[in-house]
Amino acid sequence: MSNYALRKAKDKIMRSLAYMALAIALIPLVSILLETAIRGASAINIDFIVERIPPLGQPGGGIGPAIQGTIIVVGIASLIGVPIGVFSGIYLAEFRETKLASTARFLSDALSNMPSIVVGIFSWALIVTVIGWSVIAGAIALSIMMIPVVTRTTEEAIKLVPGTIREAALALGVPRWKTTLTVVLSGARKGIITGILLAIARISGETAPLLLTVLGSRFWFSGFTDPTAALPLSIFNFSQSPYSGVDWPKAWGASMILIFMILGINIMVRYVMRDKYG
Amino acid sequence: MANQVRISRFLSSISLKLKTIFSEKLSGDIIFKIITAFVVCNVFVILGLMVFEIGGSSWLSIETYGLRFLWGTTWQPVPPDPSASPSFGALPLIWGTLVTSGIALLLGVPVSLGIALALSEYAPKRFTYFVSFLVELLAAIPSVVYGLWGIFVLIPFLQNHVYPPLQSVLGFLPMFQGTIRGPSVLTGGIVLAVMIIPTVSAISRDVFAAVPRSQREAISALGATKWETSKVVISYGRSGVIGAIILGLGRAVGETMAITMVIGNSFNMFSSVFDPGYTLASIVANEFTEASSPPVYISALAEVGLVLLLLALVINIFARLIIWRATRIAAGAEMI
Repeated sequence: MSNYALRKAKDKIMRSLAYMALAIALIPLVSILLETAIRGASAINIDFIVERIPPLGQPGGGIGPAIQGTIIVVGIASLIGVPIGVFSGIYLAEFRETKLASTARFLSDALSNMPSIVVGIFSWALIVTVIGWSVIAGAIALSIMMIPVVTRTTEEAIKLVPGTIREAALALGVPRWKTTLTVVLSGARKGIITGILLAIARISGETAPLLLTVLGSRFWFSGFTDPTAALPLSIFNFSQSPYSGVDWPKAWGASMILIFMILGINIMVRYVMRDKYG
Repeated sequence: MANQVRISRFLSSISLKLKTIFSEKLSGDIIFKIITAFVVCNVFVILGLMVFEIGGSSWLSIETYGLRFLWGTTWQPVPPDPSASPSFGALPLIWGTLVTSGIALLLGVPVSLGIALALSEYAPKRFTYFVSFLVELLAAIPSVVYGLWGIFVLIPFLQNHVYPPLQSVLGFLPMFQGTIRGPSVLTGGIVLAVMIIPTVSAISRDVFAAVPRSQREAISALGATKWETSKVVISYGRSGVIGAIILGLGRAVGETMAITMVIGNSFNMFSSVFDPGYTLASIVANEFTEASSPPVYISALAEVGLVLLLLALVINIFARLIIWRATRIAAGAEMI
């Protein structure tokens, strides 16, 4: 075989290896989605979504309180996390050269990669040791995971706003802060909403921090300082049950609903953003 | 007299400055800057409080066990002998974390690099958009769902179709000997490998995309094949790829729920990858809510969290520095 043919062959092999890597990565994705759809579908019906959670091993019932709990905890976390994240992002984008900005950016990245269980222990030490297992403690843990994500996506979105738009406003005599809060923010609206939605999708599936803060429960929401149920916790609890026939399908059903929520947000974001970057 | 003039001039200059600061236009900007700067400081408060609070919770354990905690190999909240005091050592947890993360890197990194190359060098643009979305979806799936899939789909498959042939081929190595168990260190490593693929491949792809066109064009002009061009791209983006791998390591080390569900949760210095084990993160998730007494038990778990916190900070800062340097060098070359 000539040297050239050998090089050609090597090129072909490497190309097919690269595509094979792609295929290998998609196998788990397809498998997870398919298995969840198939095994979850048999468990899901209207009752499953609205009924209360039965004790392990008892057939029937649903995961209503878990859906409610997830919505409440994620909602409060967003109420805390979104304003803080957006304002931090504005600072990082508007005063990007300052020492404070570069340090905060660096630490923000470190915080966004903090293991979720560590955030859980933190919220436990800060809140649970004072007021007990509670919705508040869970919401604070999730908001800590949300803030760095929203901060960095807001910053990136603002940076994408063309300088000419800002200059046009400034030339009309609008003060800088007003320019930022009205003209620039509305230009970056799409990017910021994307960031917020992706952050919400990310925290909705978090389990470990909730385990250490809201603890889990079988009952409907009863107060902000009480434990609550949550979808990821229900999946975990059902999966650990010894009653295979009764509880395991419920775990799949709950995870189908969770995946549906999270992938729904992801696909929606893709669709909304497509005309801008596609 | 001269003094008085100087003082009055000084005072009027100050009042002029104050007037400028508080004049309508400027004051808004300054207040805006102060408010946003105040908000952005949240990250210092959070990280500071985090170290302080977790450090505070683990103080009892630090005081009791000192550095022995890091290389002790017993974990007995309630010792069998009632007169003995509880003892905690984290070495098997560190061992479990190291081995599972090592397996994850060994399996996950080649696949991730293949994906990054396929997306940045080989695949057509239209295809790239869709496929990178699919790979990102892999990152969107919650950890607990990975765990569920691991228990009910992956473990039966591996136990029946993969582990027995693997043992018959590699069984001469000590780490592949012993009884085959589904929930084991190897299963944990495989699940982690899948979970780090999105992180490592996305960052590597960005690093490859940042390699200047001139580099590719220069080598193609010499008649290089696509793979030979890719080799140049890889070696150009080397340090960025290393950064991506370290970030993947950070993700593997901190991953909690999925690994708790598939690793078998057993505290021991395992010698075979088919043995069940424990990691730093999984012991906290598994035992924290039940660790009511003795008080030093929960403190020891908090100290495990402290070790994880410090480990994550070090890994992250290290990776960021490498990636930052790599992209800065690439950007500099683009300008030339």
